[in-house]
Amino acid sequence: MAVALAPVAEATSRTVAVQLVDVTKVFGTGSQAVVAVDDLNLEVYRGELVCLLGASGCGKSTVLNLTAGLEHATRGQVNVPAASTCLMFQESALFPWLTVNGNVGMPLRLQRKRKAERADEVKQLLELVRLERFGNHRPHQLSGGMRQRVALARALAQHSEILLMDEPFGAVDAITRDQLHDDLLRVKSETGVTIVFVTHSLREATRLGDRIVVLSSRPGRVLEEFLIDGDGTAESNELAAADIAPRITEVLRSEIGRHGRS
Amino acid sequence: MAVAEAALSNNVGEGLDRLEMPVNSKPPLLRRIGTLVIPKLAAIGFFLLVWQLVYDSGIKPDYVIPSPGDVWTQLIYYWQQGSVTGAIWTSITRAAFGYAASIVIGTPLGLLMARVRLVRLALGSTISALQSLPSVAWVPLGLVVFGPNNTTIYFVVIMGAFPSIVNGMAHAVDQIPPVLLRAARTMGMRGLRLWWYAVIPAAMPGYVAGLRQAWSFSWRSLMAAELITRSSDLGLGLGQLLDFGRELPNMAVVVMAILLILIVGIAVDSLLFNPLDRVVRERRGLIAEV
Repeated sequence: MAVALAPVAEATSRTVAVQLVDVTKVFGTGSQAVVAVDDLNLEVYRGELVCLLGASGCGKSTVLNLTAGLEHATRGQVNVPAASTCLMFQESALFPWLTVNGNVGMPLRLQRKRKAERADEVKQLLELVRLERFGNHRPHQLSGGMRQRVALARALAQHSEILLMDEPFGAVDAITRDQLHDDLLRVKSETGVTIVFVTHSLREATRLGDRIVVLSSRPGRVLEEFLIDGDGTAESNELAAADIAPRITEVLRSEIGRHGRS
Repeated sequence: MAVAEAALSNNVGEGLDRLEMPVNSKPPLLRRIGTLVIPKLAAIGFFLLVWQLVYDSGIKPDYVIPSPGDVWTQLIYYWQQGSVTGAIWTSITRAAFGYAASIVIGTPLGLLMARVRLVRLALGSTISALQSLPSVAWVPLGLVVFGPNNTTIYFVVIMGAFPSIVNGMAHAVDQIPPVLLRAARTMGMRGLRLWWYAVIPAAMPGYVAGLRQAWSFSWRSLMAAELITRSSDLGLGLGQLLDFGRELPNMAVVVMAILLILIVGIAVDSLLFNPLDRVVRERRGLIAEV
């Protein structure tokens, strides 16, 4: 149960999957300009799960959009292999006119895979998220947690190296969320996908992250990083992070308090 | 121990899935049909009763207001003559042709309006104005330009119906939840594929609503056109049957024609568009169980 305290220095031997160098993102111009992200530096290694943790207005989603290439940095560099990211949001955003099979198969269809090949792969992906029996259901027939698992399977069908998740479990109840954490960690260990997970829940971050990156609010900057040394299950992660959780809370609170004074 | 734990956690997962799935129960078929049909039959019965009472009261002479019985007699007469089925068939084929043409014109125009800002700015308000213009206003123009023939009738039907399809499609695209399009883009959909795999299917419910409205507009326009456009070499439609009754003058024929126009309109709507609309919405979970 060794816990390494931040800042994280080395980890040199591993390959970098995502690299943000001095990234600044400004929305608007002139007096209306808002600096969402300021001089942000972040490296995510292949196979790692990094949680971006921060209060409102820390530009967490902006960081994801920059990484996904949906937005472009005003300054600085975003180094991500081309077409290597997929994105999941708080809403499952499944296509309501398609069955679960159809939704998961959509990225495969875009990859121009044959029908038989698609069916095989969809089946495997659904097994991975424990939904193999629900292939012919429609999204509205499923619970919120199940829909997010379908969305996860759909994201994995893109065969991207990097999975970007924007508070994906924010809208489900606590027990379901814990279950989804287990599912996500299992998927990660089975596929080796690199994950950047945005959340505002400390508990969620400690249960999932190999590393927690705490961001400041307005503008978003890296405040501090924490390594979590669990054995990859949510319970052990949470336990391993028990000692540093109060410290993270303190960092978050003082950051929010800083805005209260000004 | 670890195995038992894993099994339990698996059970929790499945239990959650079961408990959280929405429960769907449909009442038995016979009862559903009953609840649908009985109120309608009751309404029709009530209507006939009021009609008979008005007739019996004698506020108007019976060559002005015929009785339900008179109309029934006329219906049997013209039915046996073949004019009723003939007129229905003629009108339906005309409406169907004009309607199909409206779809062919309206659908791409609607997509274009949804996609190209300039087209929307240029045509948006015109299309909406056209929609509120009674299509009977096109009849004189059609008669002068095309003469008293089917072309005039199609022209009036198309002018009546296509704006609804354009607007239905354009608004349906506007109302697609942004998150669906965001999801489509993150999957790498661009251009035509984005439209084919995401935008058009997502717009289906609104488009179907537009199709439905366009049908009722085309049927209405057709009747206006048929009432006015008459010529010996033009087939006899329901509108012409109505006008024929007025010229006789035989109010029973007029009322019969009105009822036939109503019945055909209702039949097409409930046999074609109701099921279509239901299927589209049911798939998407947009129908609350009644």
